[in-house]
Amino acid sequence: MADPGGEREVRLVVNGVERVAAAEPRLLLSDFLRHRLGLTGTHVGCEHGVCGACTVLLDGEPVRSCLVFAVQAEGAELRTVEGLAGEDGELGPVQRAFHEAHGMQCGFCTPGFLISLTALLEERPGASEEELVDALSGNLCRCTGYANILAAARAARDQAAERA
Amino acid sequence: MSTIGVSVPRIEDERLLRGEGRFVDDLRLAGALEVAFLRSPHAHARIGAIDAAAALALPGVVAVIDGRETAAALEPMVFDIAKIVPEAVREATAPAVRVHPMPALPTERVTYVGQPVAMVVAESRYLAEDAVDLLAVEFEPLPAVVDAERALAPGAPRVETEWEDNEAISFAFERGDVDAAFAAAKVVVEESFRSHRQHPSPIETRGVAAGVDPQDGSLDVWSATQTPHLLRDFLARWLGRDPERIRVRAPDVGGAFGIKHSCYPEDLLIPFAALRLGRAVKWTEDRAEHLAAATQGRDQVHRIAVAADAAGRILAVRDHAVMNAGAFNLLGLVVPYNTFTHLLGPYDVGAFGFAMRVAVTNTAPVAPYRGAGRPEAVFAIERAIDRLARELGADPADVRARNLIGPEQMPYETGIVYRDGTDQVYDSGDYPELLRRAREVVERERFEAAATERRRIGVGYAIYTEGTGVGPFETARVRIEPTGRVKVLTGASSQGQGHRTTLAQLAAEALGVAVADVEVVGGDSAAVPSGFGTLASRTLVVAGNAVSEAAAAVRAQALEVAAGMLGAASYELEIEGGTIAVRGRPDATLPLGAVADFLTPFNPARPRGAPSELAAESVYRPGPVTWSAGVHVAVVAVDLPTGVVEVLRFVVAHDCGRVVNPAIVDGQIVGGVMQGIGGALHEEVLYDEDGQLRTGNFMDYVLPTAGETPEFELIHLDTPSPLNPLGVKGMGEGGAIGPPAAIAGAVEDALADLGVVVHRGPLGPSRVRDLIVAAAGG
Repeated sequence: MADPGGEREVRLVVNGVERVAAAEPRLLLSDFLRHRLGLTGTHVGCEHGVCGACTVLLDGEPVRSCLVFAVQAEGAELRTVEGLAGEDGELGPVQRAFHEAHGMQCGFCTPGFLISLTALLEERPGASEEELVDALSGNLCRCTGYANILAAARAARDQAAERA
Repeated sequence: MSTIGVSVPRIEDERLLRGEGRFVDDLRLAGALEVAFLRSPHAHARIGAIDAAAALALPGVVAVIDGRETAAALEPMVFDIAKIVPEAVREATAPAVRVHPMPALPTERVTYVGQPVAMVVAESRYLAEDAVDLLAVEFEPLPAVVDAERALAPGAPRVETEWEDNEAISFAFERGDVDAAFAAAKVVVEESFRSHRQHPSPIETRGVAAGVDPQDGSLDVWSATQTPHLLRDFLARWLGRDPERIRVRAPDVGGAFGIKHSCYPEDLLIPFAALRLGRAVKWTEDRAEHLAAATQGRDQVHRIAVAADAAGRILAVRDHAVMNAGAFNLLGLVVPYNTFTHLLGPYDVGAFGFAMRVAVTNTAPVAPYRGAGRPEAVFAIERAIDRLARELGADPADVRARNLIGPEQMPYETGIVYRDGTDQVYDSGDYPELLRRAREVVERERFEAAATERRRIGVGYAIYTEGTGVGPFETARVRIEPTGRVKVLTGASSQGQGHRTTLAQLAAEALGVAVADVEVVGGDSAAVPSGFGTLASRTLVVAGNAVSEAAAAVRAQALEVAAGMLGAASYELEIEGGTIAVRGRPDATLPLGAVADFLTPFNPARPRGAPSELAAESVYRPGPVTWSAGVHVAVVAVDLPTGVVEVLRFVVAHDCGRVVNPAIVDGQIVGGVMQGIGGALHEEVLYDEDGQLRTGNFMDYVLPTAGETPEFELIHLDTPSPLNPLGVKGMGEGGAIGPPAAIAGAVEDALADLGVVVHRGPLGPSRVRDLIVAAAGG
């Protein structure tokens, strides 16, 4: 059994802000974000790395925060759904696309999709249809049937390609 | 401008897009303790000693609660709905229904893998799980039974030792001379078709949190439930407390599909622990718990026979069905009776014989899952009609067309008693037109052009009817604030269906205000005194009409008061954009909020006897259900060497009455269809012979992904329902009803030259390969 003690400080940057909180070595990054830092926009759907609801950007790479220990993220730069809006507070282009295409219903899986798509479009603004589908196939949604999520992704891609 | 029929963008999106949703696990309750459950590792076992000493010795563990403690305090759980058998149903089908109490925690035996046995309450979930590992429970394994037909066979292990067998429900029905019709028929087909067991699995699992007010002992409960008022009333009875001192809130709920509509042991145990410990207590289900212990769906086998004349007119249908209820018959007739009343669907059939037996088994309880008995019925009858078409050498769509109830036959009496005890009458619809329009856009040729010897194309059909908008009631309260903002309070909660938008549209329409000025509050038992909840495709019909009625009453009230304020007659007034105006007097206007302000108790000018707020409440009690309908057409490709089935195109021609928000309706349909595709191709809950769950995670229970999304073609035919003022029908479940049957038909069609018959899903590569190999003679 793990030693429940042994908490240490974990220092990282989340959405541009330096954060410090205590974590025992076994604390998942998802639980650290949600329950230690109060960033509950990152959701937990399966805790075994399949559903993708907990996806965050860790040093720019999309990762499942349920498969990472908080202590592994020491010194890292994280982005979560709370960091997707523009500096003016307006919804970002990916967020707007999901709203306009009705690409969400209950909204529980949505943060994971937003992060996965953001990661793709930041790397490949003109992503192909195949790349879009591939990037989003790692996230499960039980409400929408994906059609409108893909429509939102295409709209966000078209905008990103235009900006690029 | 009317807002009905307009795809108003959803009001609920912005918070969710910013990560500002509030789901149960997001709530921060000061000093909340967390719970982990020890769950049964056995399908059937006697419980011996439970030694909690080591668990309790772990620092941070506050309590261990097992069945010995709860048995003294909590009656076994029984749901009212399980006891309801309307007199007319009794007369028509002579049902035998065993009421089946479920202990919150068992004391003597466990009867399915995943059943909660003991709960650990600790300072954190991590510690609670550590302590669960330290609990020592003696189990003496007993023989288990998993399959429903085996459970009903003589000598099967008994799930309930005090029952003489495993039969939880039976009922039967016969109309017309079925035997004579079969004897006279030119063509008879008979087959067994199975709707395999599936799991609803919303991406948010269940969750419950409870807090106790240290001053007055009142109880606050947050639950990811579809039915907050029902849960409040249930807790009041089971905990022996005043319902007024219990407040249940369903905050944001991350999908449900039926799985969150039952009251579970955990819904009772978390508040119980909070009361006992005098502290806030919280439990969030993990996915492994969810797949093992939350209710599952489907699991029926039908022996169905269809008799027809040489022209393919169906003369009679006979169906003997067996359903697996799992370890507890929680909800009585709900699912099996739905199957019965939806079996004949849109077809005009003379003689009909039906019998249903429901067995308890050592598996997780089965309860409504999106469609709730209807997909099972549709799989049986539609598969049988495909067999009939094959036997006749006719086009399956032609055979269907030949047997549809025509629009001229509406309203159409089926001769069956619906589950609410009323005569089953299809209120409106045009099924032949739905089929005609769906057939127009199948575009088979486009796909055939790309077919190869290896990659075959097939088309399959499913047509269904769906009773929607069941009562008994829903409550809505509409209030105008002095600011002009409109508050709509309702008992209907939301799990992603967009009610905050749809119900706001209805209120805006009835009042003459902008949708943006309406705020809808649902999912809070304190918002309105009574309510029912969101399930069974009922919210638009029942809550929608309640909102519309209450808003209309507020409008009348506002006009009456405004007439006095403006020196005009109320019939001379109109409301547009939240402003009351006198027709023909452009200068005489008044904001709606000013009327509310005028009525405040402290206004000295307020007329004597006038109401003290601008508000009205309506409790809408619907009559018989409204009937939605749909035609589903699947175009699939089957890859012969690998058995991979790909759904290429999915056509839905749909009639759900008057549509309020087309984008939301389309979203519900597509989402439902995708769940149906998942069930048709991948998803199956599997137990081994001993009742061990083999699909306990998302690697083994496989949900569809974005990569499997077909192209969709949606066609709307909106026949208003004459049964309610709005003319609406329900539609939340319809999308999930047809796909398993349509896809099975399409796969069979693709493999027609091999003579493959699909008796069950899911049609994953190995099952399809088995079918191909078997058809080729092994």
